[in-house]
Amino acid sequence: MTPLETLTAQARALIPEPGVITDPARLRTYECDGLAHYRVTPALVVLPETAEQLAGVVRACAEQQIPYVARGSGTGLSGGSLPHAEGVLIVTSRMRSIKEVRREDQRAVVEPGVINLDVSRAANADGYYYAPDPSSQQICSIGGNVAENSGGAHCLKYGFTTNHVLAADFVGADGDRVRLGDDAPDSPGYDLLGAVVGSEGTLGVVTETTVRLVRLPEKVVTLLVGFDSTDRAGAAVSAIIAAGIVPAAIEMMDALAIEAAEAAVACNYPDGAGAVLVIELDGPAVEVDAEYADVARLCEETGAFETRTAKTPEERGLIWKGRKSAFAAVGRISPDYIVQDGVIPRTALPEVLKAIADLSERSGVRVANVFHAGDGNLHPLVLFDDAVAGAGEAAEDVSRGILDLCLSHGGSITGEHGVGADKAAHMPKMYAADDLDTMQLVRCAFDPDRISNPGKIFPTPRLCGERPGRRKGAHPLQESGVAEVF
Amino acid sequence: MSESSAGRAASEASVSRPTQSISGVRPGRIERPTSTAEVAEVMRAAAAAGESVIPTGAGTKLGWGNPPTSADVLLDLSAIDEVTEHAAGDLIATAGAGTPLSRLQEEVASAEQRLALDTTVAGSTIGGTLAANTSGPRRLFAGTLRDLLIGVTLVRADGVVAKAGGKVVKNVAGYDLGKLLVGSMGTLAVVTEATFRLHPVPQSSRWVTVGARDAAHAAELTQTVLHSQTVPAALEVDATPDAIEVSVLVEGRPDGVAGRTTALTDLLPGSVAGEDPPAGWGRYPWDDTAEMCVGIKVTFRLSGLADVVEAAGEHGLRGSAGVGVAYVAVPADRDITEIQAVLARLRETTARHGGSAVVLDAPCEVKEQLDLWGPVPAIDLMRRVKDEFDPDHRLSPGRFVGGI
Ligand SMILES: Cc1cc2nc3c(=O)[nH]c(=O)nc-3n(C[C@H](O)[C@H](O)[C@H](O)COP(=O)(O)OP(=O)(O)OC[C@H]3O[C@@H](n4cnc5c(N)ncnc54)[C@H](O)[C@@H]3O)c2cc1C
Ligand SMILES: Cc1cc2nc3c(=O)[nH]c(=O)nc-3n(C[C@H](O)[C@H](O)[C@H](O)COP(=O)(O)OP(=O)(O)OC[C@H]3O[C@@H](n4cnc5c(N)ncnc54)[C@H](O)[C@@H]3O)c2cc1C
Repeated sequence: MTPLETLTAQARALIPEPGVITDPARLRTYECDGLAHYRVTPALVVLPETAEQLAGVVRACAEQQIPYVARGSGTGLSGGSLPHAEGVLIVTSRMRSIKEVRREDQRAVVEPGVINLDVSRAANADGYYYAPDPSSQQICSIGGNVAENSGGAHCLKYGFTTNHVLAADFVGADGDRVRLGDDAPDSPGYDLLGAVVGSEGTLGVVTETTVRLVRLPEKVVTLLVGFDSTDRAGAAVSAIIAAGIVPAAIEMMDALAIEAAEAAVACNYPDGAGAVLVIELDGPAVEVDAEYADVARLCEETGAFETRTAKTPEERGLIWKGRKSAFAAVGRISPDYIVQDGVIPRTALPEVLKAIADLSERSGVRVANVFHAGDGNLHPLVLFDDAVAGAGEAAEDVSRGILDLCLSHGGSITGEHGVGADKAAHMPKMYAADDLDTMQLVRCAFDPDRISNPGKIFPTPRLCGERPGRRKGAHPLQESGVAEVF
Repeated sequence: MSESSAGRAASEASVSRPTQSISGVRPGRIERPTSTAEVAEVMRAAAAAGESVIPTGAGTKLGWGNPPTSADVLLDLSAIDEVTEHAAGDLIATAGAGTPLSRLQEEVASAEQRLALDTTVAGSTIGGTLAANTSGPRRLFAGTLRDLLIGVTLVRADGVVAKAGGKVVKNVAGYDLGKLLVGSMGTLAVVTEATFRLHPVPQSSRWVTVGARDAAHAAELTQTVLHSQTVPAALEVDATPDAIEVSVLVEGRPDGVAGRTTALTDLLPGSVAGEDPPAGWGRYPWDDTAEMCVGIKVTFRLSGLADVVEAAGEHGLRGSAGVGVAYVAVPADRDITEIQAVLARLRETTARHGGSAVVLDAPCEVKEQLDLWGPVPAIDLMRRVKDEFDPDHRLSPGRFVGGI
């Protein structure tokens, strides 16, 4: 038997039907995640129902030295759950139980395949919700969120996944099950959970997490504000932050993004706007009312030509629908597009937006901007038509150019979508060789054989087990008389 | 480092330090580098000579943890003490590891901003606070340093300098090494610089304090506040043999704070509101040096509060009821079997409520007779991390969990 055949037999012994997939046609349905232009058919797909089954598969992979890749809902936008051609894809979609919602502890315990929005739904009746809310919250899994350290519109005020995950049951690359973190904060020892969050499945697989629930706010106010330019809208964002207000969300869309959203969902954004801001304030009613007055005034002072405040949940829903459907909507105005995910210091917004516009003009490639303006996380949508010769390459060039712009302003190559298979080659632009080498120390501790999601994040992994050379002899500082010994 | 500066640094350090003992262990010598490059030089030299190194900031917490098994070099970072950047519009600041927290706070206060962390001990530094992961009442509002750190420069045990994270709040490129360093007690790498996200200083704040009849009542009051719409910035409990008090801090706009204060006084019959914190706010229930005390940190699920207060018994407890982190001080002159019994009782109770009990500080002779850290899940994985970062166990050897 080949190692893969052995593994398949082991998986069948562990996992009940129909949890082991070998049929080539069905394997192909797992060939990509949300980044559809990378496709690899996995050698085997398994859908365990329990942590024991999942750990058993990983242990078998370790024995056979076969790589594996974890997959939640496959909505990732960086090719993080792109399968390995000779490897196993471990899909968590049958692990969907919300084990506990504990109001008195403000916690929920969930399996990795649970859909993000379902956690909030389960907690709403008690007056609570799960704060991190990626735009994909209706479909993405908590396991995928943990692996990507996913963000969303409300990160500005409420933080990212890493600030909301307290503990995890975790299967290491040897198949051993360990508990990372604890139900209570500050569990003794290294913050291994902190390292695992955002590690994109390269350190092991999460089989259960304990997440923090947040009290539903007493009042929420959502504003839609129209400006004639992104510069003016940017000035409003700066004025709000400078006034010491931290809104729950500040999102910006430029003219092209508005056009796309309008075409797709008829969200009725202000006519002729060069940019809109979606601003949400939440908290105790008195506090929100006071902030609302200030925000409305600041927007007006910075040149808003129209401010609308949602009066009903439906109106609020419509404002958000325009924003949240922006990616998909772009499909209405362009056959193909690349979603970029760079970050810049927020104060560099005007300069960077201008540079993106220049880049777009020079190359003739259209770029629509949708982004989390409060924390400088850009999502430029680079539009192209693959049917036109050379258009794809030109779009790639612009997309790369935008990342370079982010880096030259001290930003990051990814704010929430991850490095995955897509941006591994960009990592050396952001980090020096020694920085990457130091990150690899973590990988070596968790997964020395590199069987957990290999080929992601890092362009050139270090060989684990390398040791820096040791020198023996008299202390050089002592020898040169620089330091005294007492 | 130049000859003269090293010499000067060493003598300055010995003058300014009342004691150079680390839990009873005297360091061989003190190095006082003034830059990341100099720290790297010291680390490379120590690696070449096979020496152990213990990083320190102001030394306020050098007593925490196990005594080191070896201390050839005390690496004093207090000369790397500048706030190198404060980008007010981006709500971030960067400072050297030896910068006193208070200096960073002063600097950013000019733009009406703050690093949302409590400092209670004068002098404590950025690096020390990071490595010890200490926290005060406001962690309910903003989390701990773990949640505020966005970038870090570190020097590895082999002298290699590396950076992780960056200067933007949102960044998921690569592993979050900063998280591993927070609370690592100087055992993984030497931090030389750190970047934090800041928060605006609230315009107004108010404390509401109420007495509780007993542990169960304190827990009930805590739950009432937590599930209310008052959004406290801190929710503390202070239990002594004579009384139990629950205090709530609200911060925000004057109107909002006034409204929420009224809501709280309605929710908590018998409470009083004031502009100043209650006595002992944000201080551990022991003196700064803890020479007379065994200082224990307990953590627990929110619903475990009453049991944990009961378990602390006559020693009382003070800390963040709204988070599940508190501190117990046991007089160090008690019979050792009694101290051990208190610790065992706290461990059993906190474990039942998903937490732990860790001895932060105690006189050396008491420490020797206690298991400071208690059971640590995933300890094998932690050892592997240590072995990768510091294969020769040169950094703060023996001080941390499981003898790391
Ligand atoms: C329309 C749309 C909007 C989006 N908006 C946002 C947004 O606002 N913010 C944002 O952050 N992201 C957004 N995303 C990206 C994506 O939804 C997130 O990255 C999400 O967290 C992925 O979850 P998933 O379950 O689909 O994971 P997958 O795509 O299946 O996997 C993602 C990564 O996680 C790993 N993984 C999955 N499960 C586990 C596990 N149990 N243990 C260990 N590793 C695991 C995989 O190996 C892979 O590396 C969006 C995507 C789409 C399609
Ligand atoms: C009564 C009391 C109450 C306190 N309350 C609070 C509070 O509410 N909030 C709060 O934030 N703090 C509080 N503290 C804790 C104290 O302020 C911190 O522990 C202090 O910040 C440590 O700083 P330091 O510079 O003195 O560190 P040191 O004592 O010098 O070092 C502490 C630890 O960190 C390591 N270390 C130091 N610098 C580095 C570095 N650059 N790189 C790697 N490792 C390093 C050391 O090896 C040591 O293990 C309290 C302390 C006491 C005694």
